[in-house]
Amino acid sequence: MNSEFDVRYTADLARLHLSEEEAAKFQAQLSQVLEYVEKLKTVDVSGVEPMAHANPVFNVVREDEPRDWFTPKEALANAPREANGLFAVPKVIE
Amino acid sequence: MSSLISLSVAELQAQLRAREVSPVEALQALQARIAAVDGTIHGYLAHDDAAALEAARHADVSLPLGGVPIAIKDVINVRGQQCTCASKILEGFISPYDATVITRLKAAGAIPFGRTNMDEFAMGSSTENSAYGPTRNPWDPARIPGGSSGGSAAVVAADEAFAALGSDTGGSIRQPAALCGCVGLKPSYGRVSRFGLVAFASSLDQIGPFSKNVRDSALLLNAVAGRDPLDSTSLEEPVPDYTALLGRDLKGVRLGMPKEYFVGGTDPQVDQAVRKAIAHYESLGAEIVEISLPHTEHAVGVYYIIATAEASANLARFDGVRYGHRTAEAENIIEHYRRTRAEGFGPEVKRRIILGTYVLSSGYYDAYYLRAQKVRALIRQDFTRAFEQVDAIICPTSPEPAFKLGDRSDDPLRMYLADIFTIAVNLAGVCGVSLPCGFAQVEGKPLPVGLQLIGKPFREAELLQIAHAYEQSTEWHKKRPAMTRQTAAETADFDN
Repeated sequence: MNSEFDVRYTADLARLHLSEEEAAKFQAQLSQVLEYVEKLKTVDVSGVEPMAHANPVFNVVREDEPRDWFTPKEALANAPREANGLFAVPKVIE
Repeated sequence: MSSLISLSVAELQAQLRAREVSPVEALQALQARIAAVDGTIHGYLAHDDAAALEAARHADVSLPLGGVPIAIKDVINVRGQQCTCASKILEGFISPYDATVITRLKAAGAIPFGRTNMDEFAMGSSTENSAYGPTRNPWDPARIPGGSSGGSAAVVAADEAFAALGSDTGGSIRQPAALCGCVGLKPSYGRVSRFGLVAFASSLDQIGPFSKNVRDSALLLNAVAGRDPLDSTSLEEPVPDYTALLGRDLKGVRLGMPKEYFVGGTDPQVDQAVRKAIAHYESLGAEIVEISLPHTEHAVGVYYIIATAEASANLARFDGVRYGHRTAEAENIIEHYRRTRAEGFGPEVKRRIILGTYVLSSGYYDAYYLRAQKVRALIRQDFTRAFEQVDAIICPTSPEPAFKLGDRSDDPLRMYLADIFTIAVNLAGVCGVSLPCGFAQVEGKPLPVGLQLIGKPFREAELLQIAHAYEQSTEWHKKRPAMTRQTAAETADFDN
């Protein structure tokens, strides 16, 4: 059992509200998963470079050239709420 | 004489070009088929009949995939169509652009038709995690089709599509292909552009085809493969004609049997079918070599750290601001995020976001994420060493045939272990294909068994050649589920 895992604290970091029922269930299920992955600690990784992805390509860039893309109207087409051609959000600054 | 809907892509193309059938007729035959069986299968979340008919009327059958409808997993953007990732959080989202694979399919003359069901955000192995209800296996509707691309596999198996696209992060193309009895190919990491694929785990995701036979997968890969400036992970590697090697014999081909994949724990009927397939390869002239992939037992653990870590970052974009579900009036922005995400995501997505957040969080990053990245390097090294000895690796795709709906849905860890043979392929970035190799008889019903072949990075042409040699010397790919059977030859002899 992973005693340090706190599902509520972690869900807060992920900006995710949990019901009481979800919190209890996920705490138990994810503790079981974390217990399973404990066995990675038995692998000798000394001197091994971490691998982020499979191919040896780094810092791929392309020319920053303008091209046709969304119009403001298209960009806002899926917005749940908009105002004056902008995405509307709850008040952020008091 | 088989009916129109049971044709392969290559057969359909031949009939289209000979003007024996029109693109409109082909599409209408699919639409009738969907109307007849999709109430049972639920492989599609949506299909835009009018737009597809319009495209069919103008199709140029001289193009490589001219007039061929292709079903698209609901995680790939098609301009003007809904893309929900089978999640409530994207309900009503209309794609404002085409994914690169869609641009390329259209350029090849194909008609993207239908949005196939999936596990929400491609997280799952059974398609039961769809917010819109599960897909059912055409071989036994009481059973799951596999996942996450279960809809794509089921519609191909049930003749509701000639072929389909899916995505594979840890087995999500190969495992459902195995469980539904079709061909599913996960190309090498960097082979196919993911621009316009809704990201799950960016260091693992690849788009690939589902089809009724190996040649059709090669035809689809021909259309979608190659460098895309809009996806920095797609490589400049040349794109060969993936059909070019089909039909060559297996003289001198060495196939590796990883001893760690044959240690028990696999369903006996699956194990037997795969061993028979290996013996068959030997009879075709291939040399079978025992190999070792020593870090196999750690693949699932590494995967569920890396994939969830990447998912927790990728899914941060679902914030109820720019698109998707938004909670009713929240008192502040933090509550807005918390409620929006709680209401929009299903349980498996929440679990993975939390797990991914945890393994990246301060104090745990080194112990989990960094360590997993190192073990991942060792897994990759296992494959590099194996490919010094062999041309491809041969093993089961899934340790068991399709299980019943509801059997695992409350046991995430057990569900994760369904991907035990497919996950390492994504971690290593190599390519893999699943193809039918027999049946397990379960409760009086034949359930497909899949054979997995794993190939060297960017050697899909050789991998497909090896798969094709087996397929064409066996009859498994011709077997159809009872609901689609047309002829006596298709029904005969389900014994291994």
